[in-house]
Amino acid sequence: MELTERHVEGLKHLLYKMADDLLIIGHRNSEWTGMGPILEEDIAFSSMAQDKIGQSLAIYSILHEMGEQEPDTVAFTRNASSFHCSQLVEQPIGEYDFSLVRHFLYDYADAIRFDMLSNSIFEPLAMVCKKFRGELKYHTMHANIWIKDLAEGNEESKTRIQNALNKAYPMALSLFEPSEFDKELSEAEIFSGEDECRTIWEKEVGAVILEAGLEIPQVSDTEEYYGGRSGKHTEHLQPLLDEMTEVFQIDPTADW
Amino acid sequence: MKIVSLDPRVNRSSINQTEESVVLKKLDQFQTYEVFAQTKRGVHHVHVGSVHAANKKIAVLFAKEQYARRGECVNIWVVKTSDIATTEYEDSDIFDTLDEKTHRNPESYKVLDRIKKYKERTSK
Repeated sequence: MELTERHVEGLKHLLYKMADDLLIIGHRNSEWTGMGPILEEDIAFSSMAQDKIGQSLAIYSILHEMGEQEPDTVAFTRNASSFHCSQLVEQPIGEYDFSLVRHFLYDYADAIRFDMLSNSIFEPLAMVCKKFRGELKYHTMHANIWIKDLAEGNEESKTRIQNALNKAYPMALSLFEPSEFDKELSEAEIFSGEDECRTIWEKEVGAVILEAGLEIPQVSDTEEYYGGRSGKHTEHLQPLLDEMTEVFQIDPTADW
Repeated sequence: MKIVSLDPRVNRSSINQTEESVVLKKLDQFQTYEVFAQTKRGVHHVHVGSVHAANKKIAVLFAKEQYARRGECVNIWVVKTSDIATTEYEDSDIFDTLDEKTHRNPESYKVLDRIKKYKERTSK
């Protein structure tokens, strides 16, 4: 089918929120590089952070083909209010329990979204989503094993994981903030929408949480952390961007 | 006094400066697992190194990132290092092969003349 202008606009919105989530979580998780709990985990977590940046580049590249600016320009020259990432990914890394639980909640959402989009009629996106299947499988496998092991570890590790879950879970719902384009994108078989993504996520993440002997947090206000998709961010995003772009800003025209 | 660094992450962590070096106790380190990687289905797994891990599932996770990130790999084994039995280097003379045991060396078998005869016979 022919894409209307409205579809293109909706697609760009979808791609921006995905790529921005990936870039920001990738940068956040890379803050553990050299500081991870043990060497092997440091390397694994850093490598996955790098994967996220790579995935964001792939999506910024699709946007570039659709007429948006170069990936580097898009990644390094926007202010917080022009970013479409969710409020979950911009949160500081906290202690390792929080970072691990966020990685668990985020990577499930990411894997589900990529899987849904592997069937999109928008070929360039479907191809990119298929390409990263193996990476995402490892990311959720890594998250799963850690969450279960720590939940079954000792009293302290279980309490820490549960507390981190109570904090991160309501934030993670912001990944599925509905957009005004959801209905049209779904009808056009481009993307079946945030609601469907969230339903699958709740089921899959919930199964792991219960299997690990943890409790699924009850959320009273599911919209508490909404706003990121339209540029409304916490105070944590701008300092992250300042740090991330520090070197780029010294000479934006330099060749790397 | 806090450690001051060019790395903003270090400053954010506000780590206390200390002169004393920290000595790790035995249990502060995880046990090691030996990692064996297979480059394609059917060929032998080859020893590629080791990882520290709390258990074998985590060892597999780590092995993938340490040793199977760049080259080809289709499968990984991990084995607890302490589960491996080994010989001692001082006993390495048990591997010496004596010169007269040529029958253990495939090159000592002279079969070409017989192959030649067989070919002549069958080609007739």
